[in-house]
Amino acid sequence: MSKVRVLAGTRKGAFILTSDGKRKNWEVSGPHFAGWEIYHLKGSPVNPDRLYASQCSGWFGQVIQRSEDGGQSWAPVGNKFAYDGVPGTHQWYDGTAHPWEFKRVWHLEPSLTDSETVYAGIEDAALFRSADGGGTWEELSGLREHGTGPKWQPGAGGMCLHTIILDRADPGRMYIAISAAGAFRSDDGGKSWKPINKGLVSNFMPDPTAEVGHCVHHIAMHPARPGVLFMQKHWDVMRSDDAGENWNEVSGNLPTDFGFVIDVHAHEPETLYVVPIKSDSEHFPPDGKLRVYRSRTGGNEWEPLTRGLPQSNCYVNVLRDAMAVDSLDECGVYFGTTGGQVYASADGGDNWAPIVRDLPAVLSVEVQTLA
Amino acid sequence: MIRVVMPYHLRNLARVGDEALVDVAEPVTVRRVLDALEARYPMLEGTIRDHVTHQRRPFLRFFACEEDLSHESPDAALPAAVASGKEPLLIIGAIAGG
Repeated sequence: MSKVRVLAGTRKGAFILTSDGKRKNWEVSGPHFAGWEIYHLKGSPVNPDRLYASQCSGWFGQVIQRSEDGGQSWAPVGNKFAYDGVPGTHQWYDGTAHPWEFKRVWHLEPSLTDSETVYAGIEDAALFRSADGGGTWEELSGLREHGTGPKWQPGAGGMCLHTIILDRADPGRMYIAISAAGAFRSDDGGKSWKPINKGLVSNFMPDPTAEVGHCVHHIAMHPARPGVLFMQKHWDVMRSDDAGENWNEVSGNLPTDFGFVIDVHAHEPETLYVVPIKSDSEHFPPDGKLRVYRSRTGGNEWEPLTRGLPQSNCYVNVLRDAMAVDSLDECGVYFGTTGGQVYASADGGDNWAPIVRDLPAVLSVEVQTLA
Repeated sequence: MIRVVMPYHLRNLARVGDEALVDVAEPVTVRRVLDALEARYPMLEGTIRDHVTHQRRPFLRFFACEEDLSHESPDAALPAAVASGKEPLLIIGAIAGG
């Protein structure tokens, strides 16, 4: 019997939610690391009981935790994220040069092929890799040093590298995204990088189509369609069919194209999910109605999914790493809110129910499909 | 033995009780106490002072014998009562946040 394990990072700890393949009855474990911010947890695709967690605090800094038993027990591993060489400066909010400073790990991406290798996306934006299960970390500095780094600037949440996508078909290819710099691609395993932002338009910039400076909120890719990327930008939902070389807007009939999350159905590479948020001034759903929008056409044509979601007086947000899909035959979709709910749909988004309602604000949601 | 009292979250991280005990040779200084603490509890590296610069994290302070020692040199000798184990070195987290 298949199982699913949902990993929720929150402002005050981590929670692990498990169910059988029916996804109706859930067991909740946690809080793990109570009182700490857990930006992200993720399991190794090679060894699903190996989990990594980013644990941080304004008082005590960054800790990385690792579990070998699916989250029942944890042990701290390496937390030294030292930039390669003298890191130089990026743009500060006021446009002045500001030195690169490590603040926290936003995202952990375990390798698709080696359980000892894991990548970390950090603030101030850089990409690190560990080849010893998180014991030691080395910057892949070709990203930060490829040339445009001095023009990168923080978004309101900080200058974070929040998206890391690995390509099973091409081990050398990686995509990452940074707020507010944009999307970047490597074709040589992270040694060299290029910006892939052609087609993005950001009206808050002096040059709205500049090579970098775009506030990309999240990118999703279906594993079977590695050249096709979907992006929720600060404003605009975008699509690329050529590995990020060119982007086209696919916001279509969305009620607002601002938002944070975007994900792809596990078995239908043209079925997408977003959660429209009213605006960058009002970080809550339009009209107080929490609606997931689904496109079955790879964008442009969207339908609201409301069954089981609050349709009045709902003013939560859904943050950029807080949506995931499982790979059961009937694809499950999951998302967490800043109000502490984790919602699940066991039928591709048609019907929703909360797994839990009253967690601390949810920062991230990942799901593992277990045999 | 030097007695070190840490904030709740660091005690949990290091899995110690009310106090951590470390051996430190004379002269007993903040730097040497932290070096010994991190050697015995490596998970504390980076949580009290920066990995690279060894600067104290801004929301932490060092108290002992009713004195705030946070702005003393990390190489200054700690009070004799701390060096003898009579009094603990207190690592205090700011009372702040939500």
